[in-house]
Amino acid sequence: MTPTGKQHHAETATLSREETPGTGQSSAEVLQEHIVEIVSDSGEGAQRCGQSLAAIAARSGNGIWTVEIIPAEIQPPHRSVAGASGNRVRIASHRVTNVGDEADLVVAFNEQVLLSRLRAGEVKPGATILLENMWAAYPDPDIRAAYAKVRDEVKAAGYRLYEVPLEVECQKYVPDPRRGKNMFVLGMLCAIYSLDPELARAQVRFTFAKKEQKIVDANVELLDAGRAWAEQNLDLRYAIPAPPVTEPQVVMNGNAALALGVVASGMEVCAMYPITPATSASHYLSNIFEKVGCVVHQAEDEIAACTFAIGASYAGKCAVTITSGPGLSLKQEGIGLAVMAEIPLVVIDVQRGGPSTGLPTKVEQGDLMAAMFGGHGDAPKVVMAASSIEDCFYSVITARKIAETFNMVVVILTDAALATAQQPYPRPKFNADWLAPPVNQSAVPEDAHPYDWDERTGIATRFIPGQPNGMHCLTGLAHDRDSHVAYDPEINEEGLLNRSRKLAALQTTLRLAPVFGDEEGDLLLIGWGSTRGAIEEAVSMLRAEGHKVSSLHLKFLQPMASGIDAVMKRFGKVMTIENNWNDPPSDPLITPDNRRYSHLAQLLRSRWLIDVDCWGKARGQPLKPAAIVQAARAKLAQAQGEDQ
Amino acid sequence: MNASMSQCLMQMVHTDYVIADYQSEIAPRWCTGCGDTAILTAMQRLCRDEQLPPEKTVCVSGIGCASRLPHYMNAYGFHGIHGRALPVAEGIKIRRPDLNVFVTTGDGDCCSIGAAHWLHAIRYNMNMTLLLHDNNVYGLTKKQASPTSPQGMKSNTTPFGATLNPLNPLTVTLGVSNVSFVAQAVDWIPDLLYDILRQAYHHKGFSFVRILQRCPNFMEHRFDDWVRDPSKMRILTHANGLRLKPEVSRVYKNQETHDPLDMPRALALAALKEEIPVGILYRDPTVPCYDELRAGERPSTPGLVELVLNEEFDKVGIWPAETAPAAAGE
Repeated sequence: MTPTGKQHHAETATLSREETPGTGQSSAEVLQEHIVEIVSDSGEGAQRCGQSLAAIAARSGNGIWTVEIIPAEIQPPHRSVAGASGNRVRIASHRVTNVGDEADLVVAFNEQVLLSRLRAGEVKPGATILLENMWAAYPDPDIRAAYAKVRDEVKAAGYRLYEVPLEVECQKYVPDPRRGKNMFVLGMLCAIYSLDPELARAQVRFTFAKKEQKIVDANVELLDAGRAWAEQNLDLRYAIPAPPVTEPQVVMNGNAALALGVVASGMEVCAMYPITPATSASHYLSNIFEKVGCVVHQAEDEIAACTFAIGASYAGKCAVTITSGPGLSLKQEGIGLAVMAEIPLVVIDVQRGGPSTGLPTKVEQGDLMAAMFGGHGDAPKVVMAASSIEDCFYSVITARKIAETFNMVVVILTDAALATAQQPYPRPKFNADWLAPPVNQSAVPEDAHPYDWDERTGIATRFIPGQPNGMHCLTGLAHDRDSHVAYDPEINEEGLLNRSRKLAALQTTLRLAPVFGDEEGDLLLIGWGSTRGAIEEAVSMLRAEGHKVSSLHLKFLQPMASGIDAVMKRFGKVMTIENNWNDPPSDPLITPDNRRYSHLAQLLRSRWLIDVDCWGKARGQPLKPAAIVQAARAKLAQAQGEDQ
Repeated sequence: MNASMSQCLMQMVHTDYVIADYQSEIAPRWCTGCGDTAILTAMQRLCRDEQLPPEKTVCVSGIGCASRLPHYMNAYGFHGIHGRALPVAEGIKIRRPDLNVFVTTGDGDCCSIGAAHWLHAIRYNMNMTLLLHDNNVYGLTKKQASPTSPQGMKSNTTPFGATLNPLNPLTVTLGVSNVSFVAQAVDWIPDLLYDILRQAYHHKGFSFVRILQRCPNFMEHRFDDWVRDPSKMRILTHANGLRLKPEVSRVYKNQETHDPLDMPRALALAALKEEIPVGILYRDPTVPCYDELRAGERPSTPGLVELVLNEEFDKVGIWPAETAPAAAGE
């Protein structure tokens, strides 16, 4: 695969930091990692700036993780605390698996969006702040006053404040600096973090590849101007050394990884309905799916999306439907049909805050129970969760295989944090075994039945339309081995048993992931999904402090692999870490009799009769390692108190 | 719907299918005198006359009396959930143009719980035939008013009479963008029911056939006035529409020559209250079909998937210095 032509600059750029010329490397302060935030009004391009910075750093070999800072409205008021839009980028010398803690450096396009980040507690005490200073001399006296007030507060609070003339500088290059400041800032940040100028230019050309040449040129000019300005005017110089890249990697967000996973899984039909934060996966897929002869169908609603996918799967083309919480609720009857009629189906739920419309743009792990038990009746289905960007890609391939092997519904849970977070991972090497076999159109043996359940596995070989002798009427009603409607108690039980057996058969093939840390100790943290990176980072910090803490991360939530109980029993205390609600035991109304636990804790408690505690937050934010460390310390202290 | 090339080839090698080849081993469990039986018979006759291979024929339904039809056909059947027959059928068709897809649905299934899908199915205009068994009542759940129940009709949920004017499925369908085939039949004129289904099957696109159907249990006298008085039936004929047999023509003398491309007249006929129009109200074979528009230029192959994946990976690739495909910025 050798890209050619100028438009491929970004793909082909490979430069190590040692080769980087003229960036004052010698005087740079060397850091292990830094967290950078760029915030602006919506529409000023701070998100693009952050994503580009992350991509440049990743291509330099740095570990990165990005998180979007998203206002809930499309056009929030200008210069408002609620309207802060942007990106957080964690750049490190090592691999990064999560958002990290507070920001070390913030670039703010106005003082109100800065205030939003300060109030949210997202900025480290004493952090560096680069603030657009155009508001200091703004014609409106109220705005001048508001700016002065925040500026003075920030200074008084001990932050390292730089007032930066973004507007004035950008006016030298573009008539409307609102549409160009972001690239100027990107240039500044490349100077501050000693990132290679040519790599940055290549990234900007790539970002604007679909635009006309003069727009590309203008943005490259702004980038270079920002760099030059920062080199002359700022005394900030950092270097975050990156180890040389040793294997090909790709950098993308979780939704892009899901979309590519769908392509790689051999599924040919994706039926969806727009819903935040899942839709961008379908956007990405829409751009490429037709190139491989496949189709993204935007259905009239979530129910239609689910049942359309079921129809395609029934006809032999295993299909996926991509959604988020409210959509999952709407699909539940369709999912039940697929369970009852044993039609393979992959459902991807990019979780957001709930219930109801909840927090559409924000993260929560609130759908685990809904994914497992959301429909009516006994409806066994597979539920798995992706724990990293790379896992988003491979989970889809695994899900399609399980769905078609067992004729089951497989739900993949990701969330808003994974959806927009970027992370590099080893470039997947295509394997034709990922794909689905051609649709079986051979004649069905005369004596075969559409539900010839195998006693050992519960699996029946389904008949696909077009197969001679296979004619039968599939139904969502209780049915016998011939797919005839049957209300007979024995026949109903036979169906229930075999649908359940499939889950047990799959369970026997699962292997538990290794414990992170020692195999025994004082405290075991158990997690699932996107929190893996934060939990493991917290465990590393705790272990460095001398605590005997380990963690276990579950990929399959239904069924769960054997051996979890044995691991739990080797630890004094067990606590799940989840990004969802649980009742705080400190609340005066909450007692052991009425406390509602986090989802996974509830499941572990009921299955293994072990006193599993839980810690979690449902604030719409990814969990941070430092917060997990605190929770674990408190749990350890509590355990010590119990012993004494 | 169009017969595909492969079906033509199949017909050349296959011994002729007979009616019994389309009858399943399950005897219909509809009430005596139910109009659904006439529709099932017409369907089986159509399959026989068109020599549709049973394995290439799929009948999709939702929930209700009408939706039991797939169980009684020897074909592939999909008896799914209430209101969702159409999206299931669309999913079946999107990558399987070789399958003949029929949707059998009732007035509750299609016009109430599944109404959103009905409107959008018209707009998608995919190659399939929809049979709306409209008996103006919920039968399987034992007599509740449906959206097409006449105003004032007493039922278990409307003991003092249905409150609202009924919804007219014909005018609604004719009003949706991309409508391409709208016809009305009645269960008590089987010749015309069959002929209309046949023309629906041969239409390329989404063929909407409303079939007024008698429910002997819950709407016993609903259509008596029309059954007893053939002059209240308006039969639509045209060189491009129905051509009546002499024996039908002798009984049903109230005939109108109607060009199926005449939308204003189609709407006027659809809105008739005293008379029941029977025939093809509207047909436009030039409306594009979603399944063909989305067919894709090439089939999916492993080579293609690998190529596209690598193209995408290249766009976001990071290479070790020594193996980079090319240096940047030259």
